[in-house]
Amino acid sequence: MPVAELLFWFLTGLSLFGALMVVFSKNPVHSVLWLIVVFFAISGHYILMNAQFLAIVNLIVYAGAIMVLFLFVIMLMNMNTESEPQKNRWLRLAAIVSGGSLLLILVAALKDNKGSISGVSDLEGGIGLIQNLGKVLFTDYVIPFEISSVLFLSAMVGAVILGRKESANLKS
Amino acid sequence: MPINYYIFLSIALFTIGIVGVLTRRNAIIIFMCIELMLNAVNVLLVAFSKMHHVAAYALDASTTVGTEAQLFVFFIMVVAAAEVTVGLAIIVMLYRNIHSVDINFLNRLKH
Repeated sequence: MPVAELLFWFLTGLSLFGALMVVFSKNPVHSVLWLIVVFFAISGHYILMNAQFLAIVNLIVYAGAIMVLFLFVIMLMNMNTESEPQKNRWLRLAAIVSGGSLLLILVAALKDNKGSISGVSDLEGGIGLIQNLGKVLFTDYVIPFEISSVLFLSAMVGAVILGRKESANLKS
Repeated sequence: MPINYYIFLSIALFTIGIVGVLTRRNAIIIFMCIELMLNAVNVLLVAFSKMHHVAAYALDASTTVGTEAQLFVFFIMVVAAAEVTVGLAIIVMLYRNIHSVDINFLNRLKH
């Protein structure tokens, strides 16, 4: 078995196990840490698929920024205890059964396609690099890029307005 | 390696995210499961991009087919970052008002 395939199975197992631990661990801090593990495994998948720029962006944006934001909020609320009330047992069972049937139906519907994907190789590693992606991003996709900056501005304004205390609203 | 492996990995991650949204009551965990589903879709997009690039590379060695999918994943990450800031602000405001992040207390719109 070639080493790329071994790495694929290792990363797949790691990401699935981490995702299960995100859902089923009682402590929210542990959930965040397992989600970081999942993001690292997904970045490994990106590298195996010659998407090096996306792998680094995934690490920086998701594992570096978003997960730290989640950790900040959890620490702010002092929620690192295991006192979360559980849902009704029948509700949980129904949720797991419906999720499992969704999995079954999607796998049964999509199991017959014949496409294949080669492993990592340095011969065709050109499109995932920042040279190619940046060229296309700043020529063909420059308008969506600029619109996303407006989106960030509005998200920042929205977060500041939502996070403001109500008493400050009365004073001004 | 068949593309089916990546499709099944993505479906499994997406389903785990859905089960997490349906079973947990903590709003932050639900939000993290939504992030998990977004990442499952990203993996699938990158896998299809690689598949098309491999198919086109056999015909033409200087092709750049598959770049658009990776840029699409990049824009999904951008939108996810904006979404997380607003969502966490909403959760913090919720916690300030009802002193809990349990979604079972969020039934005021019902009556």
